[in-house]
Amino acid sequence: MYFSYLLPAILLLGISGFFFGRSKAIRVANTQGGIQELHSLPNHYGMLTGLAVLLPALLLYGLWISIETSVVDKRIVNELPAELLEDTGTVSLYLNDIKNTLAGNITVSKDPEIGRAAERYAKIKRNYRSIVTAAVFALMLVFAAVTYQSISAKLRARNLVETVIKAILILCSAVAIFTTLGIVLSVLFEAIRFFQVIPLQEFLFGLTWSPQMAIRADQVGSSGAFGAVPVFAGTFMIAAIAMLVAIPIGLLSAIYLSEFANRKFRTMVKPMLEILAGIPTVVYGFFAALTVAPLIRNMGGFFGLSVASESAMAAGLVMGIMIIPFVSSLSDDVIHAVPQTLRDGSYGLGATKFETVRYVIFPAALPGIVGGILLAVSRAVGETMIVVMAAGLAANLTANPFQAVTTVTVQIVTLLVGDQEFDSPKTLAAFALGLVLFVFTLILNFIALRVVRKYREQYE
Amino acid sequence: METVADTIHPAIPIAEARETEHDNVIQTDVTGTVGNPFVDTPRMTCRDVYVYYGDTCAIKNASIDVACNEVLAMIGPSGCGKSTFLRCLNRMNDTVPGCRVEGQITLDTTDIYHPSVDVVPLRARVGMVFQKPNPFPKSIYDNIAYGPKIHGLTASKGELDEVVETSLIKAGLWDEVKDRLAEPGTGLSGGQQQRLCIARAIAVSPEVILMDEPCSALDPIATAKIEELIAELRTQFSIVIVTHAMQQAARVSQRTAYFHLGNLVEVGDTDQIFTNPRHRLTEDYITGRFG
Repeated sequence: MYFSYLLPAILLLGISGFFFGRSKAIRVANTQGGIQELHSLPNHYGMLTGLAVLLPALLLYGLWISIETSVVDKRIVNELPAELLEDTGTVSLYLNDIKNTLAGNITVSKDPEIGRAAERYAKIKRNYRSIVTAAVFALMLVFAAVTYQSISAKLRARNLVETVIKAILILCSAVAIFTTLGIVLSVLFEAIRFFQVIPLQEFLFGLTWSPQMAIRADQVGSSGAFGAVPVFAGTFMIAAIAMLVAIPIGLLSAIYLSEFANRKFRTMVKPMLEILAGIPTVVYGFFAALTVAPLIRNMGGFFGLSVASESAMAAGLVMGIMIIPFVSSLSDDVIHAVPQTLRDGSYGLGATKFETVRYVIFPAALPGIVGGILLAVSRAVGETMIVVMAAGLAANLTANPFQAVTTVTVQIVTLLVGDQEFDSPKTLAAFALGLVLFVFTLILNFIALRVVRKYREQYE
Repeated sequence: METVADTIHPAIPIAEARETEHDNVIQTDVTGTVGNPFVDTPRMTCRDVYVYYGDTCAIKNASIDVACNEVLAMIGPSGCGKSTFLRCLNRMNDTVPGCRVEGQITLDTTDIYHPSVDVVPLRARVGMVFQKPNPFPKSIYDNIAYGPKIHGLTASKGELDEVVETSLIKAGLWDEVKDRLAEPGTGLSGGQQQRLCIARAIAVSPEVILMDEPCSALDPIATAKIEELIAELRTQFSIVIVTHAMQQAARVSQRTAYFHLGNLVEVGDTDQIFTNPRHRLTEDYITGRFG
C-alpha cells in the first residue's frame, strides 16, 4: 500500500531539495562575501536542486504507472497453462477474473485456480513496486547529491532553471497540439474505413440518407443508404435561418450599443446580452422543442400552412437567438476599433449619426464584422443540442423550413447512441460526417481569422 | 455704420479696455483680451464664450470675430484651449460628453447654439480639417463625393463628377490623383491625404473652414504645399487655423489670436503680434520663453 505514498513523498523531497539547495547557496555566498558574488539568486540554486530531485523521479514514476498493467499482465500470462493461451479471448477473460478477485468484485468463474493466480498477481505487482520505489529513491538521492555538490558561485543556476522551465512550457503546449492531432487522426482513420465500404462520391452526392443496416445476415432490414446531401442540406438550412435571425439583430444591437447608447445604458445592457451566451444549449433545446415549435405549428395552422411539430424553423430561430451575443459582441469590438478621427471627419462634414454609421463606420468595420459572422456560422453548423431536440431525425431533402429536417450533428448523435458495432458502416458513417463537419468549420475559421487579421493591419 | 458686434452685444466694455494709448505698453493682466478682436464685417462672431468640460472651465470669456476672406491663426501653448475654441465654431464639441458652451456664437448673424439651429447644415457651412489626415476607407472619389451626397447638393452623376473635380483642383490634388480616383484614399501619402481632407471639406461649399493643426503630422514639403493652398483658399473662404508652429501662423494668417490657459489673451494683426506684442504673455510665447 505504501506505493500510493510515493508521489507525495517525491513532492515533499523535491520541496526540501529546494530549501537545501537554497541554504547551501547562501552559505557559499557568505564565505565569498555576499549574495552578489553568486552567479544567480539563492532561489535559483534552490529551484535547480528541487527540479533535479523532482523531474527524474517523476519521470520514472510516471513511466512505471503507464506500463505497470501490461508488464504485470505479461508476467502472469507467461505463467498460465498452455491450453489457456490458445485463444486470446479466454486469456483476457481470465485476466479480468484475476483483477476482479483482487478488487473484491464478484467473478464469473468459481475456479479455485483463479484465487491462487490472483495471489500470484498481487505478489508480482508488489515486487515490481518495491523495485520501482527503491529506484525512485536512489534516483532522487543521486541527483540531489550531484546537484548539491555542484552548487558554487560559478554555477549558472538561473540559466539552467530557465531552460528547464522552457521545456516544461513546451511540453504543456505539446499536450494540446497532440490531443488535437489525435482526435483528427482517429476521426480520419475511422472515416477512411467507412469510405472503404461506401464510395466517397456516393456519400458526398447521394440524395438518400437512411443509415439503418442489417447487422446480422438473417436480419430483415434495409441495406442502408448513405447519401449525405439531405443531412448537409438540413444543416445549412438551419444555420441559414439562425444567421438570418442573428446577423440583423446582433449587428443592429451592436451598432446601437456602440454608437448611440449612452455609457450607463451600455454598461447595463451589454452584460445582459452576454448572459444569452451563458445559457446552456440544452435549455435552449427544450425551449425550442416545447415552446417555440408548438407556437410555430399553431401559427402555421392559423395561416393554413401545415407545419411539422419538429421544424427547421423552430430550431433555426432559437439557434439564432443563441448566436446573437456572438455576433453582437464581436461586432461591437470591431466597431469600437474604428478610429474616432473617422467619426469626427464624418460629423465635421455635417453627417448625422446614422449616416456616419451607414457610410463610414460600417464599411470600415465590415471585414471585422464578416470575420465575426463567419465564426458565428461555424458555431451554428456545429451546434447539436438545440437541433437534436427541435429539428427532428427525418432526413428530408426539402427547401420548406416548416418541415422536419436533420443535421450532421443530430445524425452523429443518433448513430452513436446506444449499443453499436464499430465495424458497420452505420456507425462509421458518424466519423465520416464528423470529418466533413470538421473540415468545413476548419475552413470557415481559417477564412474568418484571415479576414479579421487583414482588417487589424489596416489601422496599426 | 454699426458693426454687427454692436448690434448683438451693445455694451462691450472689452473694446475700450483693450485700446491702449501707446503701442509699446506691455500688459500683464490676464482677465481681458488685449488688442482689437473685432472686425467691421464679420462672418462669425463670438461673444463672452465660456466652455466647460464637466466642472472644468476650458475657455474663459472669449470674444472674437472671424472676418470674410481672412486667415485667422490661433496660437498658444498646449492645453490652452485653442482647439476647444475652434471646435465650438461648428459645434463639434456636441459629440464630447459633458461639454457645455455658454455665450453667443453667430454665423452670418444667426446664433449657431440656438435650439432651432440644426447642426447638419451648420457643419456644411463651417467645414473642418483635422490634425491627423482622416480619409475614409473608401475610394478617392467617394471621399470627396460623401459630403455632396449626404447633403443632396448634386442632382446627377455628372454634377457630382464636376464637384469632385473642382474640389480636387481647388485643393491642388487633381493632377496627382485624376487617373486613380477609384483607388482608396488611405493609399495616398500623408500630405496628399490631408489635401484630400481639405478637398472633402470644400466639396460642400462651406463659408468657413476650421483647421486643427492641419500640418502637425506632415513633413516640411507637404506642409509648404498645404500653406500655399491655404493662401489660395482665402480668396473664397474664411479660414480659422490652430497651429503649434508660430512660423506657420506668421506665414499664412492675417490676424492672430493668442490663447493662454483658457484665456484669449491677445488678438491683433499678425504682423503686429509677431513684431510688437502688447501683452507680456504673448511676448514671452513668441520669443520662445515657454510653450
